[in-house]
Amino acid sequence: MLTADTPTAARYRDARRALQGSEQDDVVRWLQSVSAEIRIKIIRMIDTAQLGHVGGDLSVTDILVTLFGAVLEVDPEDPRAPDRDRFILSKGHCAAALYSTLAWCGYFPEAELGSFMAPLSPLNGHPNRRKVPGVETNTGPLGHGFPVAVGCALAARLRGSASRTVVVLGDGEMQEGSNWEAAMTAGHYGLSSLTAIVDRNRLQQGARTEETKALEPLDAKWAAFGWEVRVVDGHDHAALLMALLPSATGRPVAVVANTIKGRGVSFMEDRVEWHHKVPTADQVRAAIEELSR
Amino acid sequence: MTSVSVPVVAPAYDCRQVFAEELIALARADERVVAVCNDSVGSSNLVEFRNEFPDRLINVGIAEQDLVGVGAGLANGGLIPFVSAAGPFLTGRALEQIKADCAYSGHKVILCGQSPGMAYGELGPTHHSVEDLSWLRAIADLPVLVPTDRAQTRAAIRWAYAADGPCYLRIPRFRVPDTIPADALFEPGRAVTLREGSDVTIIAIGTMVSRALQAAEVLESEGVSARVINTPFVDPLDEDTVVRAAVETRGIVTVEEATISGGLGAAVASVVSQRHPVPMRLLGVNGFAPTGDAAYLLNHFGLTADGIHTAVVDVLESVGA
Repeated sequence: MLTADTPTAARYRDARRALQGSEQDDVVRWLQSVSAEIRIKIIRMIDTAQLGHVGGDLSVTDILVTLFGAVLEVDPEDPRAPDRDRFILSKGHCAAALYSTLAWCGYFPEAELGSFMAPLSPLNGHPNRRKVPGVETNTGPLGHGFPVAVGCALAARLRGSASRTVVVLGDGEMQEGSNWEAAMTAGHYGLSSLTAIVDRNRLQQGARTEETKALEPLDAKWAAFGWEVRVVDGHDHAALLMALLPSATGRPVAVVANTIKGRGVSFMEDRVEWHHKVPTADQVRAAIEELSR
Repeated sequence: MTSVSVPVVAPAYDCRQVFAEELIALARADERVVAVCNDSVGSSNLVEFRNEFPDRLINVGIAEQDLVGVGAGLANGGLIPFVSAAGPFLTGRALEQIKADCAYSGHKVILCGQSPGMAYGELGPTHHSVEDLSWLRAIADLPVLVPTDRAQTRAAIRWAYAADGPCYLRIPRFRVPDTIPADALFEPGRAVTLREGSDVTIIAIGTMVSRALQAAEVLESEGVSARVINTPFVDPLDEDTVVRAAVETRGIVTVEEATISGGLGAAVASVVSQRHPVPMRLLGVNGFAPTGDAAYLLNHFGLTADGIHTAVVDVLESVGA
């Protein structure tokens, strides 16, 4: 099990505290700068490992940064605190985005990112909660994180805890039947402490979602299952902050976050082949240059 | 050959009542204990639990993947979930959730397979849970428990409650007599020797234990000394007791209400073949069952005192005894 990087965790805590009195514009500018930093780390991890799911990593980055930067009540130095907020990345193949975000928070030393997918690294291609603090459940096979998140939210209710649960789903992943079982359960129980975010980048491994097995009308599907639905630009940190406010209706909240796969690297954006293609050395240089602007 | 159909004279019990009583006792003592089911309130015998703890019975409806995933989330959230559903659906439909969300994630979910084996008889092979032992034995970090009678069912539930991680346990439904001594050990990797013997060993679990003991009695009257061992933990198996049986007796017969492809017999054979090979016979379910009630089907597959007797005679003949 990795352990916290104390100085980074302290910086993270201080930054979170400083945000409390800040203007929204300042918060958003800060989140934007963190997102740029995380995207560069993702590119470097994938370059080192020569493996990864870069497209989905880049589409989900702003969601993860908004959550860990300004929403979730978590303490990287006490990752199993009973009343922590729970975050589950159900699209576990985007582990590079999660790991770089967790390292930025101080859950473990950033240097560990260099071991991504190397033999015996705790940073497996899909996250493992028994090795990586901040990971709540082992995902990878799709359709697993959401039912677990429903269980977390039910446990919080039964324990009388104020803990929130947030699960991030891939849009292609919404083709898994288990997700709709979970959506129905959360709707039935009115789990208002639960937020499900769909990273709606409109591409899955092989093709566009709508060509493969259409998801639309996705917002109506969530509403029909008893959820409060918020449709936002998943790269707009201000919009995400609004969408991640607690439920206003007593129902669980579904955020359909419209995103672009490969966001931030122009030659990767909205291109199906960048689901898990590994950039060449020249492409890595070009990507980092673009993300550094 | 002598007929060895010994009628069951001792009273026989369905262990679901014990399951319900133990669960309620644990829930009274520990508010973290919750039950999770898939519409199976009646068949899991959870009505009394629901009456006493209405908020602590979570019914996810007919949705087994969600059932097990929700169980893992409840464990993550600090509760102790007993996830209860008919064995075939719990283990078959939610197999990947058992692997990824419970075992691999290390979430302490107590998976209770109701109406295991061929308890659903006439409902047919879709409803028979005979593959569960094979499937779950293949998953790391997931003990597989097959309690035999009322005392062992209580022991299994208490052990699971106190354990550090998840496990799967069958909740017996097909009525069997109480056969396990009250003071018998109940620990992972520990077998219970129910009868000493020096010629041959019968290793039995669950519904087959009382039948193995009956067969041993008949064998004794024929001058054959049969050791009878019960391994309530199919995984982790008590390998040393198995090896001792291989060393000290001339053959081993395993008997289980489960497919012979990968269950208890396969586990024992794996140990025996690698550490001290002796002839074996594996009794269990072989192929999809025909129509019939549970007792009929056990008879059909030779899972009776008669069938065990025949297998013992056969294995001893193979070594020239």
